[in-house]
Amino acid sequence: MERLKLATVWLGGCSGCHMSFLDLDEWLFELAQFADLVYTPFADAKEYPHGVDAVLVEGAVANEDNLEMIRKVRERTRWVISFGDCAVTGNVTAMRNPLGTALPVLERSYVELSTLHPSIPDQPGIVPKLLDRVLPVHQVVAVDAYLPGCPPPADRIQAALEALRQGRLPALEGRDIKFG
Amino acid sequence: MAVQTLTINGQLVSAVEGETILQAARSAGIHIPTLCYVEGLSAHGGCRMCLVQIEGHHRLQPSCTMQATEGMVVHTDTEQLREYRRLIVELLFAEGNHVCSVCVANNHCELQDAAVEVGMDHVRLEYQFPQREVDTSHERFGIDHNRCILCTRCVRACDELEGAHTWDVSGRGAHTKVITDMNQPWGEAVTCTSCGKCVMACPTGAIFHKGATVAELDHGRGKLDFLINAREKKQWNV
Repeated sequence: MERLKLATVWLGGCSGCHMSFLDLDEWLFELAQFADLVYTPFADAKEYPHGVDAVLVEGAVANEDNLEMIRKVRERTRWVISFGDCAVTGNVTAMRNPLGTALPVLERSYVELSTLHPSIPDQPGIVPKLLDRVLPVHQVVAVDAYLPGCPPPADRIQAALEALRQGRLPALEGRDIKFG
Repeated sequence: MAVQTLTINGQLVSAVEGETILQAARSAGIHIPTLCYVEGLSAHGGCRMCLVQIEGHHRLQPSCTMQATEGMVVHTDTEQLREYRRLIVELLFAEGNHVCSVCVANNHCELQDAAVEVGMDHVRLEYQFPQREVDTSHERFGIDHNRCILCTRCVRACDELEGAHTWDVSGRGAHTKVITDMNQPWGEAVTCTSCGKCVMACPTGAIFHKGATVAELDHGRGKLDFLINAREKKQWNV
């Protein structure tokens, strides 16, 4: 059987979903039996490869890097799966949206609350610009399946990966789609 | 009182005259999803979760306000109703700022449960991210308007059970909000008796006990049901 080319991506999120992925514990050995993790923050892969079968995307689209990344991911992947509440709803990452644009957020964080050298970071090419509005992944690119939870518990992640193992998209139901 | 016989989902159901379709369905053990309805408070018919299809009616009808009548044929779980209910829950999530993961009511929330029930794994609509206030001026309670779905359960519980009518609704459309007294801070609302029935009635984390943090809110809904039962049936024993 062809091995599954699996990737995980970390956009605007806290990495908690990836920590929950590690909670798969010994089942990670099982995963290694049928999947290759071709790109992930867990490993040192520089460039997102072409021809990925499925990707778990953690985090909302919050800055220009996220935007560029998710477009590349969509182009090079068969199945994009929103992984966790930030990817699915915007969640905590999107809590700045009611403030309007990025500027009041930056001013509050780096000027008003700063005691030392208050200034908004401006390093083009190094610090990615914040988008004015944080968006859930499916409002930027087409998403094939959703894996809610903050974070999704390991057994929910396992159920999704088991589906991929059988060559189908995960279709969670019941309490497995609970947010929070 | 004449008994009315009607059909719900192919099942013959009897209802006392004056009973609603929702009450008749519940007595027969047929589940119809609700959000703004509380047994024992007046029906509001606002959330539209309990819409049903009645044969011979062109429009879907809210079962919490529609009286059961003789010979009625009702369907509560059609494809169209399922899609409408999911859309209603998505509209509620898109309209406010509902962040389950950091909410006091996480795991104790009827909106969150409704999302699970209707199979909402994501919201297809654009989130509005409105700018709304939080009022913590009351000594014991707080209200976070970001989490309010305008079900008016607090308004009805305060008026009909406590008799204080501290809560009411102000504004129109997207600017609608629940207010205390003359739209003044809750802590300055002189009619409030601090009884806490609004906390018990609230389906989400909008009205909460101060000091409760994420997922800690216990609405104490059982107490409200006890009071309603005592009033309606004169049963004061636990």
